[in-house]
Amino acid sequence: MPSTRDIRRRIKSVKNTAQITKAMQMVASSKMRKAQLAALAGRPYATLMNDVLAAVSEGAGDFSHPLLEKRNGGNKRAVILVSTDKGLCGALNSNLLREAGKFDKDTTFYICAGKKGAQFIHRTKRNLAAEFSYKDNPQFAEARAISKFAQDLFLKGEVDRVDVLYTNFINTLSQKPEARQLLPIGKIHAVEADVQGHGGGGELKKPDVEYLFEPDAAGVLGNLLPHYLNFQVFQFLLEAKASEHSSRMVAMKNATDNAKQLVKDLTLEYNKLRQANITKELLEITTAQMAMG
Amino acid sequence: MATLKLEIVTPEAKIYSEDVDMVTLPGVEGEMGIYPMHVPFMTQVKSGELIAKKGGQDHFLAIGEGFVEITGSRVAVMTDMAIKADDIDEMKAEEARKRAEARLAEKLTDEEQATVQAALLHSLAQLHVKRRQRR
Repeated sequence: MPSTRDIRRRIKSVKNTAQITKAMQMVASSKMRKAQLAALAGRPYATLMNDVLAAVSEGAGDFSHPLLEKRNGGNKRAVILVSTDKGLCGALNSNLLREAGKFDKDTTFYICAGKKGAQFIHRTKRNLAAEFSYKDNPQFAEARAISKFAQDLFLKGEVDRVDVLYTNFINTLSQKPEARQLLPIGKIHAVEADVQGHGGGGELKKPDVEYLFEPDAAGVLGNLLPHYLNFQVFQFLLEAKASEHSSRMVAMKNATDNAKQLVKDLTLEYNKLRQANITKELLEITTAQMAMG
Repeated sequence: MATLKLEIVTPEAKIYSEDVDMVTLPGVEGEMGIYPMHVPFMTQVKSGELIAKKGGQDHFLAIGEGFVEITGSRVAVMTDMAIKADDIDEMKAEEARKRAEARLAEKLTDEEQATVQAALLHSLAQLHVKRRQRR
């Protein structure tokens, strides 16, 4: 039987926890808004980029580029694993890492963005090719470093394809781990960071005009393709961040609610115990009085 | 009179979107001026100064490297940096230039070299635009 003092102490500690989770929820929700806005802000660029790419690949004829080349036979792949740096964000990372574990252990190299993913790769003794970090508001330069590394691996022939595994942001309550092929570049899909969840799809419309190129189509395409990849990686980072913050916000909200419920239950128990104690004392006093009298 | 829709976007935001009469761009093969009804055209731009002529007034912007798509009615610029002349902080740009130059003097990997070089060009473009505007 716990004493009233024990219960009082417990209530106090749960209240403190609730305060912390509440604060974390607030922080996450404000960061979430920023992350969503950032993903939205990238959209005009994404749309434009797709239009241009469609136009260029159309106008370039039979032009082929090493980044477009499909390799037959080889089955080595690299996976860019976009996870979070910190925990306390619900099931986000465990869902993501479950997917990450599905790739073949021997033929897969992992390129990690975010600490949690790297820890998982270490723990399960998989091949870690590189580890990158990205900030709370992902910078284009960070994405470029990751994408450059992946392109180098691919161009040197060390891997035959590159995938990206990240958490797609559907809405505040739901995020889904998703794998997308990055290299070789197949059909060009819309890279729109659709924060409402119809994330990238849709074939591109073909332009109905012929373009002139300067200096030439091959040159422009040769520069545009790596840039396109960099930008895609950047969008994946933004999506992953938006997912992380919303997932954390929901997790923290649940924690706060649970803590409040617990405080309520404990308070009830405390009051019951207190009353029982008073009754007991009264009883003792009256019994004593009767015995004396 | 026909106008051109000039759109300038960076990965972070849409910087400029207005109807203008003429655009002057720093293309990789030299500066070029675009009027409405231009043939569909695609090229790359280098870091430098972009001038948008609108109703007899010139708007100056500093832009970074990127790509331009031109159709008869639209000029779409995708670049890694774009900043309006009025928003340029000369002190900051000057500082960035000095920092970049100092960094270039050190030993750098190719990747770092490229990044610093780009930063230097950005700051130079900003300074160029800002100083010209004052004249």
